[in-house]
Amino acid sequence: MKEYIEIITESIGMLKLNKLRTGLAMLGIVIGIGSVITLVSLGQATQKAVQNQIESLGANLLTIYPGSQNTGAVRGAAGGATTLTNDDAAAIKSSPTITTIQNVSPEVQTRLQVSAGKNNSNIQIVGATSVYATVHSVTIDTGSFISDQDNASMSKVVVLGPQVASDLFGTSDPVGQSVRMNGVSFRVIGITVSKGGTGFLNQDNIAYVPLSTAQKQLLGHDYLNSIALEAKSADEMTQAQNEVGYFLLARHKICNPAQADFSILSQQDILNTASATTGTFTALLSGIAAISLLVGGIGIMNIMLVTVTERTREIGLRKALGAKKHTIITQFLTESIILTFTGGLAGIFLGVVISYIYASLTGSLFVVAPESILLAFVVSGGIGILFGWYPAQRAASLQPIEALRYE
Amino acid sequence: MPEPIIAVSHLSKIYSSGENETVALSDVSFSINKGEYVAIMGPSGSGKSTLMHILGALDTPTKGTYSLGGHNVESMTDDQLAEIRNKQIGFIFQAFNLLPRTSALKNVMLPMRYAGIPEHERVERAEKFLEMVGLGHRMDHTSNQLSGGQQQRVAIARGLAMNPSLLLADEPTGNIASAQAEEVMKIFQDINDQGHTIVMITHEPDIAQHAKRIIMIRDGKIISDKPNKQKRVGNIEIHKET
Repeated sequence: MKEYIEIITESIGMLKLNKLRTGLAMLGIVIGIGSVITLVSLGQATQKAVQNQIESLGANLLTIYPGSQNTGAVRGAAGGATTLTNDDAAAIKSSPTITTIQNVSPEVQTRLQVSAGKNNSNIQIVGATSVYATVHSVTIDTGSFISDQDNASMSKVVVLGPQVASDLFGTSDPVGQSVRMNGVSFRVIGITVSKGGTGFLNQDNIAYVPLSTAQKQLLGHDYLNSIALEAKSADEMTQAQNEVGYFLLARHKICNPAQADFSILSQQDILNTASATTGTFTALLSGIAAISLLVGGIGIMNIMLVTVTERTREIGLRKALGAKKHTIITQFLTESIILTFTGGLAGIFLGVVISYIYASLTGSLFVVAPESILLAFVVSGGIGILFGWYPAQRAASLQPIEALRYE
Repeated sequence: MPEPIIAVSHLSKIYSSGENETVALSDVSFSINKGEYVAIMGPSGSGKSTLMHILGALDTPTKGTYSLGGHNVESMTDDQLAEIRNKQIGFIFQAFNLLPRTSALKNVMLPMRYAGIPEHERVERAEKFLEMVGLGHRMDHTSNQLSGGQQQRVAIARGLAMNPSLLLADEPTGNIASAQAEEVMKIFQDINDQGHTIVMITHEPDIAQHAKRIIMIRDGKIISDKPNKQKRVGNIEIHKET
């Protein structure tokens, strides 16, 4: 034990002797490990962020979209069709043949200019029923969500997302105040809890009005943009998709499923599409990380080879003074291990810090994959130790006089 | 009958690189007894350095036998040779070969470290030998802060650190000024007086005159081997550095 402590102190002493050489070798390891950890964590943070946002849209969710309607030979634009109606939603809900669906949420969507006093904002408006909140996991911060009573009486009430609320009303409490849409005044009855998200996935820049009010007052039609269905459990998603699909085909009197005037997407379908997109991004970053690892590895290999080969004369001298081969190899191996471990820890620290800074600057998630740390550490450390050991063992096998003559 | 510490018989060393063969030593035989002070002389390329490296167990002969203190060196393993170099031989190189950027004290302690001597004893002994070579006040200086003569004296202290039965010196005065060379010779004389066997290589007749026996080598063969009758004693002026 005492001997090991002596070897370690001696190795640290030797590493301190040539600070530049030690510093350069360590820098190679720090950058090699740091870049891999940073790149992998950026990729994973992006993927996780997209996944979280899609999952926050609701659990066990199936969405029916109106498909293109075929009128003779003319095929209309997908999504623009008027084939889903309130009656469809009601029929799905009351059908005795559909057993796997627990909630049906008929919805319309549009974008409108909303104003309150001097402030106005262009936001997404959702026409919803009371089950919308359950199906899409919307929670209310203050006030209440749209009730069945609101829908039945076509009340002019609105529930605001937190971003809309702050855009229009600043810090004052919007509940009880009114906003104007399409020249109609709506009373604010509630504010939702923030769900986060950016761009097309922003779920805070949104306002909910009763479905009936939206159809009659804002849109002037009575078809639906989508029907969201909540299945009873995740295992029954496929069965639910089939049940609803065949039910609607029969209801719309379509025999050939390929001719369907609607489509049913499960949340998994959306997630898969998004994953495929972000997966490409992650694969790209992983590719760059792999190249960094390779380049870092070659850098570590070079510097260790040069560092140890440069010390061949020293190895010859140590042998001439009576050092045994294993004593020399132990010394050089200890030096390489100390070097790669110190550099490796600094690299992990650097990678984590950069990922954290990136996450806090961009507001994205801070994810560090333990496997990327392990991979980078094992590969870089392994290369460092291997190429610290190999030239040392080669030099230690030489006759002392050959090593001493080495130029 | 004095006991031989070195017994070399029919020793040859041939370097071959491709088709060229260079004979560095051919059929050399001699023996050196305990307590002798021998100078090996010869022009450059005569094979004296090769002989020295073989005597120091730093190199192996192509043919012949070398027995050191009664042990056959050519049959030893790498690690046994390391132990012989550590415990039996003190080697002083022409180019000093000190560890760079390392203090004189640590340099002298190095062979004792490989012998597994505990640290406090190493420090004690290294200090004793550095004082003996007149560097008691420079122990913490690193090798690049010392002059050539001082570095050579550190190397001598290191050679003596393990109390070896044989001290080998390869051109010990080759890289230092003549005034310092005389000091080194004085130290060698003292060491020899204490009973250590010394073998040194030199091409300077002046230096060789300090030895009690001179072996002349030319073209890998011994051409003369006789006691030094003109050995200079007691007329050396010492310039002790302060």
